[in-house]
Amino acid sequence: MQLIAEDLVIERGGRIVIDGLSFSVSEGETLILSGANGAGKTTLLRTIAGFIRPASGTVQLDGGDGELTITEQAHVVGHANAIKSSMTVFENAAFWAEYLGGQAASTERIERALHHFGLEDLVEFPAAYLSAGQRRRLGLARLLLAPRALWLLDEPTVSLDVASSDRLVAAVNDHTRTGGLAIVATHVPLALERARTLTIASQRMAA
Amino acid sequence: MTSFWALVRRDLRLAVREGGAIGTALGFFLVVVSLMPLGLGPDLNLLARIAAGILWIALLLAALLSLNRIFEADYEDGTLDVLATGSLPLELVAAAKALAHWLTTGIPLALLAPVLGILLNLDLGAYPVLVATTLAGTPAVSFLGAIGAALTVKARRGGLLLALVVLPLYVPTLIFGISAVSATMGPSGMGAAFLILTAISLAAVVLGPIAAAAALRIQLQ
Repeated sequence: MQLIAEDLVIERGGRIVIDGLSFSVSEGETLILSGANGAGKTTLLRTIAGFIRPASGTVQLDGGDGELTITEQAHVVGHANAIKSSMTVFENAAFWAEYLGGQAASTERIERALHHFGLEDLVEFPAAYLSAGQRRRLGLARLLLAPRALWLLDEPTVSLDVASSDRLVAAVNDHTRTGGLAIVATHVPLALERARTLTIASQRMAA
Repeated sequence: MTSFWALVRRDLRLAVREGGAIGTALGFFLVVVSLMPLGLGPDLNLLARIAAGILWIALLLAALLSLNRIFEADYEDGTLDVLATGSLPLELVAAAKALAHWLTTGIPLALLAPVLGILLNLDLGAYPVLVATTLAGTPAVSFLGAIGAALTVKARRGGLLLALVVLPLYVPTLIFGISAVSATMGPSGMGAAFLILTAISLAAVVLGPIAAAAALRIQLQ
């Protein structure tokens, strides 16, 4: 499986943010996106996810399920965590497992995902009382709740402590070791295996 | 379809736990209808004649108050992005959310309408028809409302904009809802108007989610 982007041109608010970018990510590989604030990392991730239509160029997932769009084969973890405050940690996780997985997930699977991100003591805790870092971890637990080939992570370490960052890195490395793909936008050096870095240059305002 | 029902169940659970939207809509409905007799005076014949109109207009305005929550909360906390990555097409996401809105707001409003009819001296024979028409007409309210809610999801305080988008779409529902109730008091019976009202609802259930999904795709950009 390989994700191939060719000659991507992405425009936001009348400004070209990404101009003629080509890259590929192979099975088992992690691509780290770096670049200054506003360089277009989030925009690029949302384009790969299929939310933003590029002005020109293509993104393809070769060797994926041909009947599914990239959007349907990707996990997207953005700046917001997609957590409902009036549900418990377990209910939030169970909903995403069932919604993204297409079938009710076993309690064991949900607890394993929560356990991986150190949330095992908070299973029945109302999400409204979680701290920022705990909310982030619950958002990341979604990655392990339903199998998806492509992980698109936008600043995943925001508000995480060192131990939690390590848990995230372990999850990403596990994912790529078993043939998954990951694209991670981050400013923090992470111990990701089989990783390449793609630096996105800021585009000047068009004259 | 598991995903579809998971989403509907989650929205029902949130509506029950958060409660605010239903309470606001029902409270507004109650307040508007109970103020009417005070404003119009104790002319029972007049009230009975305009009861159907008042109930339907108040119901639409009450529903309008709750529409913005259909997608707004999910947009704000990032849920909408993740919903879009599901294998469920956005059309069905919009349909699930509109269905949940109907179950939690449309049906309670429809069931409250006959109770409020008492305040307006509504003709006794019209009660079953009133319940039937409000139940048949409120799906259109939720599913057409979803279009407006999707279009204004990014607009801060988009309430007025939402009203301007949605109220014109509600006009046919209003006209045939009122005429179905009024017709029972005349010689022709409710038949035709009620059937047209049902047809509007069925069309809204099919077309509303398609339009709402198209709007959501633009909002996700």
